[in-house]
Amino acid sequence: MKKNYWSFITKAATYALLIFISIVILMPVLWIVLASFNSGTSLFSSSLIPKNPTLIHYQNLFTKTQFPIWYMNTLKIATINMVVSVILTTMSAYVFSRFRFKGRKSALMAMMVLQMFPSFLAMTAIYIMITKIGLMNTHWGLILVYAGGQIPYNTWLCKGYFDGIPKSLDEAAKIDGASNMTIFTKIIMPLAKPIIVFVALTNFMGPWFDFIFPQIILRRAESKTVAMGLFEWVQKQQNANFTMFAAGAILVAVPITILFVFLQKHIVEGLSQGAVKG
Amino acid sequence: MEKAKRSAILSALFMGLGQFFNREWTKGIMFLLIEVAALLNINYFINSIYGLITLGDTPQKMVNGVKVGQHSINMMVDGIIAIFIIMIILGFYALNIRDAHKSVKELENGKKPLNGLAYIHSIWDKYFPYIMTTPSFLFTTFFILLPIVFTIAVAFTNYSSPNHLPPGKMVDWVGLENFVNLANLKIWNSTFITVGIWTLIFAVVTTVLNYTAGLLLAILINSQGVKLKRLWRTIFILPYAIPAFISLLVMRLMFSGPGPVNNMLAGIGMDKIAFFTDPFIAKVMILVINLWVGAPYFMALMAGVLTNIDKSLYEAAEIDGATKFQQFFKITLPLVLFQTMPLLIMTFAYNFNNFSVIYLLTDGSPINGKLKYAGDTDILISWIYKMTKDQNQFHMASVITIVIFVFVALTSIYSFSRTKSFKEEDMM
Repeated sequence: MKKNYWSFITKAATYALLIFISIVILMPVLWIVLASFNSGTSLFSSSLIPKNPTLIHYQNLFTKTQFPIWYMNTLKIATINMVVSVILTTMSAYVFSRFRFKGRKSALMAMMVLQMFPSFLAMTAIYIMITKIGLMNTHWGLILVYAGGQIPYNTWLCKGYFDGIPKSLDEAAKIDGASNMTIFTKIIMPLAKPIIVFVALTNFMGPWFDFIFPQIILRRAESKTVAMGLFEWVQKQQNANFTMFAAGAILVAVPITILFVFLQKHIVEGLSQGAVKG
Repeated sequence: MEKAKRSAILSALFMGLGQFFNREWTKGIMFLLIEVAALLNINYFINSIYGLITLGDTPQKMVNGVKVGQHSINMMVDGIIAIFIIMIILGFYALNIRDAHKSVKELENGKKPLNGLAYIHSIWDKYFPYIMTTPSFLFTTFFILLPIVFTIAVAFTNYSSPNHLPPGKMVDWVGLENFVNLANLKIWNSTFITVGIWTLIFAVVTTVLNYTAGLLLAILINSQGVKLKRLWRTIFILPYAIPAFISLLVMRLMFSGPGPVNNMLAGIGMDKIAFFTDPFIAKVMILVINLWVGAPYFMALMAGVLTNIDKSLYEAAEIDGATKFQQFFKITLPLVLFQTMPLLIMTFAYNFNNFSVIYLLTDGSPINGKLKYAGDTDILISWIYKMTKDQNQFHMASVITIVIFVFVALTSIYSFSRTKSFKEEDMM
């Protein structure tokens, strides 16, 4: 009898806790979603439940602002960055995993140290470099910075995964006369799909979040990315355009969040790859 | 003289000569072209290095619409690039001598000299690892290594506003002066210490909080008798899935002075709370909001770790009469800690430089007059950012960047050296 009583209490407490945490998590989400349907424009006036729900902000976003341009810019940068980064990273990870050559150890160590440096602190030098190669104010400039910056960390990550693919597979293929390139594209790449998905995904998502490098490299209004644009709205016109920000934020967050929830298994596995398995 | 030696000396005199001596014409021409290209640009190298040493002496101005004079910072970057290129060329030079020496032996052992297409094919096989990593090498060198070298170099100059800011003014090398100032000048070192302490507190507390909360969330969902596990997990993972910069900006608005939370408080007759304007409350808010953003990641991670724990351990503990709490502290916690220790340290290093949380939530405010260019909630990295972007105090920003970098690198190397993979032989 007593035991039943206790288990009921524990159960009730557990559910109470679960519900409480869910509320804490969902509150800000709910607020921003509802705010985007609110008819006013400012932060003050937005009551939690919109009195006259409206889609006007979404409409304005597409007709009166440069948001659609920013969106397409970001999509373009994200896609190219994903492709370039995956190619660069897997190529070097394959070599570091499968070949023993002079300078390998020092290169690996150097990358280990380099990836710890918060790259945006070197923004003055990056700015000058991009200016020198004439890519200032272009999306390619931004892509080069992104694709270059991710190499050390992701090469380590991929190399760790490639190390786990049995070498006997390469050797068997080699006996059958396969070249190094064939082994790379036909054997390693297909088997390393999980980690490649992870690297592709993080590189695709990066440009949607980053508001620092675009500020350094992109100076023209029509070449901005969404993160940069939204950030400036909040910074400059905190109240005036608040509901517009809410609508824009939702249009960025929803696809990314859905993508994430679908692929969360890959993402969590990828993140814990180096660290947990050690 | 021995043939191998002679060939090596020829190559040392001029790249490619040794290879010609060995009748490896294609190889020889390639080496020769590298040296010719380097010599044709000798003026560029000399000027760049000279510029790096002097950093110029005539400031830039416009004369009849044309820029004249020198830009110290551009000269510095040019000089560093030139040094990188020279190092690459020297690498080829060394390779050329070694190759000339080695080839003689191979040829004496009956190997035929390779020329034309056959040689080019052999390069692909022999140098495959190097060719494959060349793109990554170039990217890393020019977009990561070069900016880092530049940042370190700036720490030894007086590059700052208002007196040493190109293009109008010149920059000079000042040796260790900035480091000495950081140690001796009251305003610099008191700011550094105040901001540094808050950075450490923030990094430690936020890491421990997020880690513990993540573990508890995972245990909560996993506990027996909880239904709809998938639903809870999906809700709890949401803050991790939503782009952090959006949730942070939303939080900033929610808790801002006239924002909805204060509105609500006023609605139920309570006083407004200075969430982001009171130094202490602002710091607490940062920790709490970062918990909201960061705990789900650990939860997702712990879920995996928890399922890997051998169930029989708990069964045995149950038989021995251990309570749930004892099971947690004696079995779950040690095992989880052991498995995630490297990650914990890496998260600490990450939070130490967690720029976006500070920048997006408070931007370092409230402003504190006692701190030079920093607000109460600024951590080192956001302070550096302000010095670079808003104040043009590049020299001091670089000094502190070096300090942070050394600290974080040491922490990470320590944690890394403890991981299993480091101890395994074939890792490197």
